[in-house]
Amino acid sequence: MKNRKSKAVSYNKWGYIFLIPFVAVYGIFQLVPLVSTIYNSFFENYRSGLIQIGPNFVGFKNYLTLFRNGDLLFYTRNTLIMWILGFVPQILVSLLLGAWFSDPSLRLKFDRFFKTVIYLPNLIMASAFSMLFFTLFSDKGPINSILISLGIISVPFKFMSHVWSVRGLVAFMNFIMWFGNTTILLMAGMMGIDPSLYEAAQVDGATATQIFYRITLPLLRPILLYVMITSMIGGLQMFDVPQILTNGTGDPVRKSMTLIMYLNKHLWSKNYGLGGALSVMLFIVTGILSLIVFRINTRTAEGGRHRDRT
Amino acid sequence: MKKNNGKSKGLPIGARRAIAYAVLVLMSFLCLVWFYILFINATRSKGELTRGFTVIPSTHLLENLSNGVFHGTLPFVRGMLNSLFIAFGSAALCTYFSCMTAYAIHVYDFKLKKFMSTFILAVMMIPTQVTALGFLQLVGKMKLEDNFIPLIVPAIAAPVTYFYMKQYMESTLPLSLVEAARIDGAGEFYTFNTIVLPLMKPAIAVQAIFTFVTSWNNYFTPALILHKDKMKTLPILIAQLRSADFLKFNMGHVYAAIAFSIFPVILVYLFLSRYIVGGTTLGGVKG
Amino acid sequence: MKKRTLAMLLGAMMAASMLAGCGGGSSAPAAPAAEEETGEAAEEAAEPAAEGEEGKVLNIYCWNDEFQRRLRDHYPGYEEVDATHGKIGDVEVVWNITPSDDNAYQNNLDETLLKQADAPQDEKIDLFLIEADYALKYVGTDYTMPVADFGITDEDLANQYKYTQDVVTDGNGVLKGVSWQGCPGVMVYSREVAKEVFGTDEPDAIQEKFADWDAFVASAAELKAAGYQVVSSVNDTYRVYSNNVTSPWVVDGKINLDENIKKWVDDSKALVDAGYAGTHDLWSDDWSAGFYPEGKVFAYFGPAWLIDFCMAADTEGSIANAGGYAATVGPQSFNWGGTWICGAAGTDNVTLVGDIMRQMTCNEQIMTDIVKDDNDFVNNKPAMEAMAADESYGDAVLGGQNALGMFCEGADKISMDYISIYDQGCTEEFQNAMKGYFEGQIPFEKAYEDFCKAVVVKYPELTY
Repeated sequence: MKNRKSKAVSYNKWGYIFLIPFVAVYGIFQLVPLVSTIYNSFFENYRSGLIQIGPNFVGFKNYLTLFRNGDLLFYTRNTLIMWILGFVPQILVSLLLGAWFSDPSLRLKFDRFFKTVIYLPNLIMASAFSMLFFTLFSDKGPINSILISLGIISVPFKFMSHVWSVRGLVAFMNFIMWFGNTTILLMAGMMGIDPSLYEAAQVDGATATQIFYRITLPLLRPILLYVMITSMIGGLQMFDVPQILTNGTGDPVRKSMTLIMYLNKHLWSKNYGLGGALSVMLFIVTGILSLIVFRINTRTAEGGRHRDRT
Repeated sequence: MKKNNGKSKGLPIGARRAIAYAVLVLMSFLCLVWFYILFINATRSKGELTRGFTVIPSTHLLENLSNGVFHGTLPFVRGMLNSLFIAFGSAALCTYFSCMTAYAIHVYDFKLKKFMSTFILAVMMIPTQVTALGFLQLVGKMKLEDNFIPLIVPAIAAPVTYFYMKQYMESTLPLSLVEAARIDGAGEFYTFNTIVLPLMKPAIAVQAIFTFVTSWNNYFTPALILHKDKMKTLPILIAQLRSADFLKFNMGHVYAAIAFSIFPVILVYLFLSRYIVGGTTLGGVKG
Repeated sequence: MKKRTLAMLLGAMMAASMLAGCGGGSSAPAAPAAEEETGEAAEEAAEPAAEGEEGKVLNIYCWNDEFQRRLRDHYPGYEEVDATHGKIGDVEVVWNITPSDDNAYQNNLDETLLKQADAPQDEKIDLFLIEADYALKYVGTDYTMPVADFGITDEDLANQYKYTQDVVTDGNGVLKGVSWQGCPGVMVYSREVAKEVFGTDEPDAIQEKFADWDAFVASAAELKAAGYQVVSSVNDTYRVYSNNVTSPWVVDGKINLDENIKKWVDDSKALVDAGYAGTHDLWSDDWSAGFYPEGKVFAYFGPAWLIDFCMAADTEGSIANAGGYAATVGPQSFNWGGTWICGAAGTDNVTLVGDIMRQMTCNEQIMTDIVKDDNDFVNNKPAMEAMAADESYGDAVLGGQNALGMFCEGADKISMDYISIYDQGCTEEFQNAMKGYFEGQIPFEKAYEDFCKAVVVKYPELTY
């Protein structure tokens, strides 16, 4: 797994050389803005009408305001709930599809068609998709007409007025938009697995399930980790879909308001101070959650290896 | 090959296949139906759209395309060229340089390696919105407003793509291959470009699609930077069309514009997806 | 709020509000920062260019094409070049139209105004439009010039409705803007439904059924029994209450709930609980479904611009298209919206801006033409009174009814004494927050707390 440390001394300067483009571009276009965001978070800095207030140094006051207000946890919770609601079916379906597509004994026909189709929803702009859903699920929209004409309900169901229907719709949209993406990632990972391993396993009489659990899944671990982390980061940044579905209100009663929607509200008053503090908090929350995922993953990886040996 | 495989399992192969097909057909329907609805709506007039929904296309497609997209007040064709340029540029730079960064971390051993890989992972977690305001100030100071550079060049430093490339390398690129190349006397740069990159093709195709699509559909950053009509990308133009005044607002035009803007990205996707769905495995790598 | 776009579809289209005035949706916004320092920039904003050598470019900032159409159709010598350009004599008129959605218009306007002092002369804003809900935000600053500086005299302004001047008068009593329009509101109802439920569609008879809020509720019950909602959404009646308040939204930096607003909450809650009205957001599809007979909505509340421009009069099958509405005063007179013209400090087109103000808001002949051609309610008492008495005038949307008398009566009663710079944010957040209470998801106290929190996010200087 690890590099062979002995030889490559003379080559190692190339490590730095190959890193130059990344470091240079990152430094200019992302590090500078990041530092200024953090810097801003210690200042009172907003606009009242056309009058600029600040910047006045206020220490941790912005952070205190955020905590005292108590909404931060609430919005974090909303965000995580909607992410998990969408992510669980997404990863399950993706694994299932990935397993089917890579299972030679299943010999699926039209698999190219299916593989192509599943990513298509991702090509629609999130805002357009959300707009479509809003129209479809409005009180007098087509879904309600269909449900009524089928006799399932007698009065229109107000999808936008129930917490779980709104959260469910947001999760469903995220699921539809992203499961193809995840499946593609997993398939690409599966293609990287040496086919001789499968052949050997089949010769040994392993079943499809065994192959999946014993070969595919362990070898897929790096990609799975990638999928989980990136999906979580994406989930914490959830914005377009609930924003447009709820017209920016996070209704009903703000229970579908995400962290970034909340951040966006602070930009109404150009509140770089409080907005900056919120951004930093968001960064910290993401970091902690990512660490947890990393930990769990490495631990199960080690556990798995132990089991294999015994 | 092995028919008796099925027996040791709970379900016979036929039943499993049937379930697989059923699920796949259902998922395909859930993936395609939105395109159908968009297309239908693009063919309907403002009045028809306000009065519910149909399954049958109407007759106003050309009218919507003409009034909303081609002869409206907004330069949609120009917008498409802008979008194409930015999306292609980002995808190319992003995949190439992310591979390079991943390669540096994966193959070489240097003092700051541990630090760099941790650093990149850490910064990956910074939401783009967090730094957007600082980014905007910076672009202003560099006088790069109404310029495509701040939309394309930052793609070089894409921690998420880097992370994927590195994960992919870990499972597919053995260091022995690089060492073999060195023994053959290949330069480092040469090895990267001619041996490593081809091996990374599926990963590159995957990330090229993702980057292209993300860039194509990106509204957030371009809207901060592009103000001149001639420079605007499709999502900005669609947003403008959608925010047209209540009086002039025509949903049919909006749907037509969305359909118009989805078309190229579908083509690009179908082209690149060959590398993903083709089902061929990588040659050359034997663990 | 007025003539806002279909807010919900665009929603707050992604982070448009982040655009910090960089023109998320603007068609041709102003100077990028990059060009700021070039040229002979540093002229003081407040100092207009010398008399006699006026600028050749007139930059107008607005959020839709209403004023553009007014100018095109009624200003002598205006020639249209294309959708965003026009000509008056040898002056090029540049329209910078940014939709109001998600505050994009104000963001764009603010950023440009803040850079006004450093912008090259031809890129400075010369004239911009504002709405009542946020008028004071601009009127109270030095970015707007007193209209007197444009040569508008008290005599010119004598025929205007007084409240239209109150809105744009700053703390020192200086008038900073003018309007061509008055926005007294009425109740418009479907004649068909009125005949079916009340046996008549005569405005006087219907007025009796809706003379006050108790009568309103009683009639709503009759409508409900026949399968109709009295209004599409409780938000329809919001302006009727909010325009009859006795205190502003903010008192001494503290958020204040006026009694009449509270009355709106209580009355609305009762309406929703009884099933007489919905809770849709204004401008949403569900809200506007009542513009069509299938929507089963009896009435809407609004001024002339709502009735004539927003109720789908140009769409076949709508009630307005068939002239199926009639207007009556309703339980209370009120005002909703209105557009004011402001001259920007730093303009180099003082004479032209002054002339546009005079012609478009003080010229009785032009004002009368606007009523006839566009069915707008104009800000000129003699013109309106003459038109109100004119038997030959009728509004097609209202089935030929001449409702101007009603509007005139309303216009005299309008008081704008309690507007504040916080009205826009408070109104939006209040309607949002109360929705949860109306739908029975949270108690009023929680909804009110949510509202206060949301307002403080928008205006960090406030407390509650």
